[in-house]
Amino acid sequence: MLQILDLSVTFGGLHALRNLDFHVEEGEIVSVIGPNGAGKTTFFNMISGMVTPTSGEILFEGESLLNLDPSQVTERGIARTFQNVRLFANMTILENVMVAQHCRTHQKVFGALLQTKAFKSEEIAIREYGEEVLSFFGSRLIGYRLNQPASVLSYANRRRLEIARAMATRPRLLLLDEPVAGMNPRESAELTALIGRLRSEWGFTIVIIEHDMSVVRDVSDRVVVLDHGETIAQGSYDSVANDPKVIEAYLGRQVQDKNADEEASS
Amino acid sequence: MTATANDASTFEAPGLDWRRQIRFSAIGALSCAFIALAGMPVGLDRRSIVYPVLSLGYLSLLWVPFVLASLAGSQVVLEGMGERERDTRDLAAGALVGLGSALGLVGLMILVKNFNLRDPLVNWSPQLLELLSFNRSTTLGMLLWVVLGTTLGLLGGAMHVVPAMVRAKVLTVVLSVLLVSVLQTFLTDLLEGFRLEVFTDFIYYKRGGLEILGALLVAVLAIAIPLLVGGRIKGLRARVQKMPPDERSRTNLVLLGVGAALLLILPFFLGKITNELLANVGLFVLLALGLNIVVGLAGILDLGYVAFFAVGGYTTAVLTSPNSPGFSPELPWPVALIAVVVLTGLVGLFIGAPVIRMRGDYLAIVTLGFGEIIRLLFLSDWLSGWFGGAQGITNIPGVDVGIGTVKGTDPRSVFLLVLIFCGIAIYVSWRLEHSRLGRAWMAIREDEDVAEAMGVNTTSTKLMAFVVGAVLASFSGAIFSAKVGSIFPSSFIMLVSIIILVVVIVGGMGNIAGVIVGAVVLIGVLGGPKQPGLLQELGQFKLLIYGALLVWMMLKRPEGLVPNVRRSRELHQEEFLQDAWLKGEIDEDDEEDPS
Repeated sequence: MLQILDLSVTFGGLHALRNLDFHVEEGEIVSVIGPNGAGKTTFFNMISGMVTPTSGEILFEGESLLNLDPSQVTERGIARTFQNVRLFANMTILENVMVAQHCRTHQKVFGALLQTKAFKSEEIAIREYGEEVLSFFGSRLIGYRLNQPASVLSYANRRRLEIARAMATRPRLLLLDEPVAGMNPRESAELTALIGRLRSEWGFTIVIIEHDMSVVRDVSDRVVVLDHGETIAQGSYDSVANDPKVIEAYLGRQVQDKNADEEASS
Repeated sequence: MTATANDASTFEAPGLDWRRQIRFSAIGALSCAFIALAGMPVGLDRRSIVYPVLSLGYLSLLWVPFVLASLAGSQVVLEGMGERERDTRDLAAGALVGLGSALGLVGLMILVKNFNLRDPLVNWSPQLLELLSFNRSTTLGMLLWVVLGTTLGLLGGAMHVVPAMVRAKVLTVVLSVLLVSVLQTFLTDLLEGFRLEVFTDFIYYKRGGLEILGALLVAVLAIAIPLLVGGRIKGLRARVQKMPPDERSRTNLVLLGVGAALLLILPFFLGKITNELLANVGLFVLLALGLNIVVGLAGILDLGYVAFFAVGGYTTAVLTSPNSPGFSPELPWPVALIAVVVLTGLVGLFIGAPVIRMRGDYLAIVTLGFGEIIRLLFLSDWLSGWFGGAQGITNIPGVDVGIGTVKGTDPRSVFLLVLIFCGIAIYVSWRLEHSRLGRAWMAIREDEDVAEAMGVNTTSTKLMAFVVGAVLASFSGAIFSAKVGSIFPSSFIMLVSIIILVVVIVGGMGNIAGVIVGAVVLIGVLGGPKQPGLLQELGQFKLLIYGALLVWMMLKRPEGLVPNVRRSRELHQEEFLQDAWLKGEIDEDDEEDPS
């Protein structure tokens, strides 16, 4: 579905991503992990068109995503959430999911001015789909909350609303940037279950950046480990978790090994 | 948690802050001296508020001790804190602030008497001294100021001591007397239309201001009318609020219709001057509604908005005037209007396209530049073959509407035409705000990057805001050029952009009603860049007052007079969240079992 070939992103002299190869198949849930500064968020920014790669190619369903604006990428069917929740805080919860359907709707100025049938039915359709998406998260975001500003929501509910907003763009590929960050264990367990349902019920293919290893273990079909902008390992959770390179990236090299190396070289 | 928040006795209220009082005294002294040196007392002395006791000139100084004393005594009441007990010390504090303000004037009088600084300070004049000493000896004047200042300060401080009901009544009386006096031209004109000259002849002094008896009558009415009808209005409002939503919206619609009908009849009862004034206000309402879409909804700070007004005006002039130097098709106005709308829309696209990719300060500066470029193009020799350069285009015919012609010599028709276009502009703003496009504008205002990532094509959406704003401004330009009958580049200076922006900000950004209120208050009372307002005497101090008002608004009420709910939430995010928390509307991260 998504294929990334030999892709590099450079900011000045800094290689945020280096010769990255990556692919996602339809219906997969792939986790991207790595220590801080490994280039995970840049990786998302680049897929969603907010950062232009220096070289390489991104193919989504066989078509290149290079040189597209973020809104065009969203229109192709890729939606994302943000690591530091970025809602439209002063718009209501319903408006947040309504505005996300912008690229799926077509009414222009004259429809609104003349209040045409098409305009009204489209407004109703947007509203209904928005409520449907929100009700995926139970009763938290619907009912009297619909017309409250997003800023009154609790942290966990903001994260949920952000996922709902991404769902409202009717994507096929969903990019979740640390969806459970800041949630308590119960909430993150619940969200883990919801991520599974996002695939089974809504048919989304999902790529997750996550630091919480229990979530990564529970949801992912495949784990990709980034460090210093390069893929250092990929495969099932178990194989990756035991990969010495991954352990080294996270924990550093073992002291004995280092001594052994020095002894060997001397 | 809420229990502690509602318990008023938990925290001890802070006592009277004397340092604050002294600070306000100093502010009062400086304000008084500044106002006196700005020339307001002398310049405004000819206009009476209540003849012969109070002139606008003296009022420009006398409000200072009163208002500052009451400001100094006011106190933010935090949730969970009891309000401080008020006692005589508050009176003393008020008197202190009043005295401080008066001392500023006394000091100024001593300086004016003994030194001559007329060279840098034009208003450092014997007239000022004479006026400040009430045409008596300087010493007596100083004494009078001390007494007056202290008394007014005392009254200002007393505002916090007396019960809220009394305070409200006093404010109503003072404000209605001022308002009735200020609205003299308008009210005389209006009541003349209803053949009620007797009333206005009784309350008003011929050369401006209320008579003493008139002022008393107004004061009595200001107390009596709310007593007589206040309860009924409150009951009506409560009934409307209790209605089910769809019935309420229907009632509101009916009320709106009645209001619009009344507005359309109004011009027929008004005289020339008032119609002219209201037509000017209407032109600015149109401009402000257009800018409100650009700045208020889409969040694009456009400082060159006058460009679209100019393009609208000039296009109309070229297309309709027989004197147009280059190209003169002499189209009738309604036909020309179509061309005007299309052309201004295109100019909006043309200016918008390069500008839209910028953000924040850069965007504001570039739009400022484009506004000037357009004016200079109209002024230039290069294009004078088309637009007449500094000579402009004259002899623009009025609007022929079959039963008559709308032109500047008949302000009533102009006002009617303006009203119709204001109606259109209000409808457009209202419908667009609640549409797909309006939501996209709001999303861009909130967070442009995220809006783009959520599938909103920010470039085309922002361009749309520019184009819609430009078209509304072009309506105003087209009417302006038919009304005035001639058009010159000097009508489109940068100041116009700034004043429209001030109208939008003071009125309440993003709110249609707010923008209209802003235009009525600022343009109607103070006057536009060239148009006189109700208080023509204030003309020369217009910009000073605009500036002071803007600074005060930004400090104390950044959301404007009639705020947009969303915007005031944005500006008072913390207070809003606190309130929401106290009302239990903020949800906690849930601990309940997910099953």
